[in-house]
Amino acid sequence: MSGIGAMVRKELTIYFATPIFYLVGFCFLLLGGYFFYANLLYYNLLSFQGAQNPQLAALLTPQQMVFRPLFGTLAIVFLFLVPLITMRLLAEEKRSGTAELLFTYPLTDGAIILGKFLAALLVYLLLLAITVIYPLSLAPITRLDWGALASGYLGLILLGGACLALGLFASSLTENQIIAAVLAFALLLLFWLIGWQQELGAAGWGGVFAALSLLERFENLARGVIDTRDVIFYLSFIYFFLFLTQRQLESRRWRA
Amino acid sequence: MIEVQELTKYYGPHLAISRVSFAVAAGEIVGFLGPNGAGKTTTLKILAGYLTPTSGSARINGHDVLTESLQARRALGYLPENVPLYPDLTVRQFLDFAARAKGVPGERRGTEVQQVVVECGLTEVVGTRIGALSKGFRQRVGLAQALLHRPPLLILDEPTIGLDPSQIVEIRQLIKELAGRHTVILSSHILPEVSQLCQRVIIINKGQIVASDTPENLSRQLSRGLRVQLAVDGPVDDVLAALKELEGVTEVSPLGEGRYLVVGRDNGDLRPDLARLVVGRGWNLWELKAQEFTLEEVFLNLVTEEA
Repeated sequence: MSGIGAMVRKELTIYFATPIFYLVGFCFLLLGGYFFYANLLYYNLLSFQGAQNPQLAALLTPQQMVFRPLFGTLAIVFLFLVPLITMRLLAEEKRSGTAELLFTYPLTDGAIILGKFLAALLVYLLLLAITVIYPLSLAPITRLDWGALASGYLGLILLGGACLALGLFASSLTENQIIAAVLAFALLLLFWLIGWQQELGAAGWGGVFAALSLLERFENLARGVIDTRDVIFYLSFIYFFLFLTQRQLESRRWRA
Repeated sequence: MIEVQELTKYYGPHLAISRVSFAVAAGEIVGFLGPNGAGKTTTLKILAGYLTPTSGSARINGHDVLTESLQARRALGYLPENVPLYPDLTVRQFLDFAARAKGVPGERRGTEVQQVVVECGLTEVVGTRIGALSKGFRQRVGLAQALLHRPPLLILDEPTIGLDPSQIVEIRQLIKELAGRHTVILSSHILPEVSQLCQRVIIINKGQIVASDTPENLSRQLSRGLRVQLAVDGPVDDVLAALKELEGVTEVSPLGEGRYLVVGRDNGDLRPDLARLVVGRGWNLWELKAQEFTLEEVFLNLVTEEA
């Protein structure tokens, strides 16, 4: 346990000492802020029109018009940024040789992997925490559906965790950070878009692909629907890729 | 402290070490000596738990490095070759991480880190990023992290490589000071270093141990037939002729200025006979001393014999 804590501290110290974190944070918050602002303007515009159309007015809630699309956008922005957060984690240790130090400390592989994953997740949570400003800034002037917002954030956290676990696995495969990033990005896109097969009518397999899609699950949560199946899917996804990472590290000892 | 049995390691088809066996007792300082690529680093990496052997076993403090890896790793401090460190951390941040990773309990962590900082002469750079440190300081940081949690065994791979002469002296001094409290196994291809620091030398070549003994014994073992240098005041030709006739002498070579190098046939000591001969002829004997082989010669001898 203390090993995990040591790893988390070390990784966070490195994150905050290197420019990548600040760059990722800047991009994430810049795009997040812009889309929040754009959604809000659009909502404002439609609200004026909605005044003449009572049927439309019922659909015009901040949740539907501002936050649901915002969560979708944040998820996509984060998808692009995940490889930048995770590419360093294991590839850099191998490249610089510090793996030799790390793996001869009395730490289990599990503690090393979990520590690195949790550090990346904490960095992400910090960025997400800053976006809470958006709903808070609207709270005084309108009524918000806090339950749906919480569900959206839960979705972002679970989706982010899944992406980070996959990114960590990609980083364990190579000593080159660029390769780790490209690999993570390709795999993320695959798991993101795999659900589209269903609409193309690939009979039989379509359902399987849809079930594996990171995006479809997220839609539910962003809408404010917490389905335990979705939560369990993300948790299993995280576990699966952390497990693969562990096997990958283990095989290194034998092959090197 | 260390028991190694029949350790073999292949990198793909390439045989790195072959059936290496040795033991190191607690408190010993053992030097691993060999040319580059002989298998020193591979052996040490296996001991440190970084690589797994293809076959054979190694135990540290009674714990097998494969099946009880964590316990074995808890008992050792390892300084890898080239000293990989995290350039983005400061010395204190890094040592703090190392202490936590090695399970130094919270209440002792601060004092232990402070202790190794002082011991390794890092006081002035604790707040500096490791990436900005000179090679000498980095080496000391590497040594400091190995010393944290006071492991009974220290594994130092080429601890003085790439340092300037004054830094080398400092690091050697540091290692000597550790001698009483830790078992140390260090690798080097610098012979004087090994003969200065170590009580025992293991010479490894092409993945196999070719000799293992104290530096003195190794030198003596190889000096089959003592070599004697003497300085005699007398006519060169007469002296040469007289020396050659002496029983047990195989070779005499003049070194100039009245000095001669005499090589004897076997382990018998020629010095009394030589002294009697020279004095008997009425020449003056200025100097008479036995010459031992240096570790360098032993090493070259073993390594070339093998080749």
